[in-house]
Amino acid sequence: MTDSNNSSRYFTEDHEWLVVNDDGTGLTGVSAYAANQLGEVVYVELPEVGTTVNKGSEVAVVESVKAASDVFAPVSGEIIEVNNDLEGNPEIVNESPEDSGWLYKLKLTNLKELEGIMNAEAYSKFCQDL
Amino acid sequence: MVEQDESSRELKRTPLFGVMKSFGGQMVSFAGYESAIQFEGIKSEHLWTRSHAGLFDVSHMGPSTLNLKVGVGREGAHDSIAKLIEMLVPSDIRGLRAGQSRLTVLLSEDGGILDDLIVGRPLEENRQGCLDLVVNGACKENDWRLIESTLGSDIRLERKDDQILFALQGPSAVDVLSQELPGVEALGFMRSQTFRWKDQFECTVSRCGYTGEDGFETLIKPEPGIELVEKLLSHPEVKPVGLGARDSLRLEAGLCLYGQDIDSNRTPVEANLTWLVSKRRRAARDFRGSERIMQEIENSPRILRVGIQPEERAPARAGTAIYKDGKDIGEITSGGFGPSIDRPVAMGYVNYEYAKVDTEIELMIRGKLRPAKICPLPFVPPRNRKIA
Repeated sequence: MTDSNNSSRYFTEDHEWLVVNDDGTGLTGVSAYAANQLGEVVYVELPEVGTTVNKGSEVAVVESVKAASDVFAPVSGEIIEVNNDLEGNPEIVNESPEDSGWLYKLKLTNLKELEGIMNAEAYSKFCQDL
Repeated sequence: MVEQDESSRELKRTPLFGVMKSFGGQMVSFAGYESAIQFEGIKSEHLWTRSHAGLFDVSHMGPSTLNLKVGVGREGAHDSIAKLIEMLVPSDIRGLRAGQSRLTVLLSEDGGILDDLIVGRPLEENRQGCLDLVVNGACKENDWRLIESTLGSDIRLERKDDQILFALQGPSAVDVLSQELPGVEALGFMRSQTFRWKDQFECTVSRCGYTGEDGFETLIKPEPGIELVEKLLSHPEVKPVGLGARDSLRLEAGLCLYGQDIDSNRTPVEANLTWLVSKRRRAARDFRGSERIMQEIENSPRILRVGIQPEERAPARAGTAIYKDGKDIGEITSGGFGPSIDRPVAMGYVNYEYAKVDTEIELMIRGKLRPAKICPLPFVPPRNRKIA
């Protein structure tokens, strides 16, 4: 499903991850750190395919027993696919946040936005400092 | 959950702080205390409590005792102190039997709920003329001030919030607690009694709780109490449970959280707690706010607290607006996900005409109306021990 090699994975300060393919599409979800912080996920609200999102805008919601957390778009683009498995099995986000628990795929509209996003190493350090 | 206290005032710690922390409790600010919100996870702690036994540190609450200044232990002492506290609550306190407790509310002059609390009449003959109260942590200072200023010339208020108050809840609670405190298994629901742990350390045990499960609340001094709690936590049937699961358990059980589902703007009638207003008191109309409350009982309240079942998977949180045919008819006051029934659960207030069970309503969640129904409370059938 995804490139499990973290070297090509980007992370945001809001704890989203993003893997960008050669064709300019990207796969995204919440990081393992975030999934752990959220606790047991009981509901995921995903965007509609065809929606256009701007970098940093609220695009999905991940809910635990206690609270709802917004998920922001790591980059701008158009939603081209969502992970429908999460509808019946939201716990996949906890079990496999950076693989089968992906949230949606998007077609990136501005590759320049990738400049300055953290890589896995920088993100790992970022989380340690939280 | 009650608004977390974000102020920078110095947070207090209960005597069980160290124990809870050592079991991995994630500490947050709650009612002025640093309290554990969760341990291994809200959902699993919730399910564990319903299937085994959960131990909750609720020492932040306000356990206390009212004592008559004169006449404790004498004949008629209970009637005397009951008459005093009945100035502030609409329930039948006089009619409590020795060893029996009751949920009630402190009322404002206009019938609003200032707090909900448990009032217990001690079992022991030499303590007649005393009442054991447990009030909410966030309200305790105001409650105690009100009680003292209203009844102060006749009573002495003894705070016990420096002690340990812990709840053990769930189907295994009775087996586990009776191993340490033989005799607790014989207590009926809403009955309490003084026991001695290891034949030595006095503690007060009540068969009650805030989860809908069978269980107990125990008040004990810190020194032996920490050891007792550690002993209970070492039992394979017992796990520590935080405030997060406490909230989802009480919501499934249809129980109100003060500051959220009930407050000084709501009357017991609006809150669907009319059963707290006793028959004798209704006839006598002798409680605070009785004019408004009796008017609401005899006609009907403007709004009513109801159970709400969202029909989709999206939880509806506190503050969600409720609509019917495009009209705003109310608001959710507690909402989340019910782990035991694996679907969202909520309660809130709607205009009285829409309060009937099965009424179809809509909930405005993230700008979208979603279908829901008025439903009966609780969501999970109560498993409290029946009155013995």
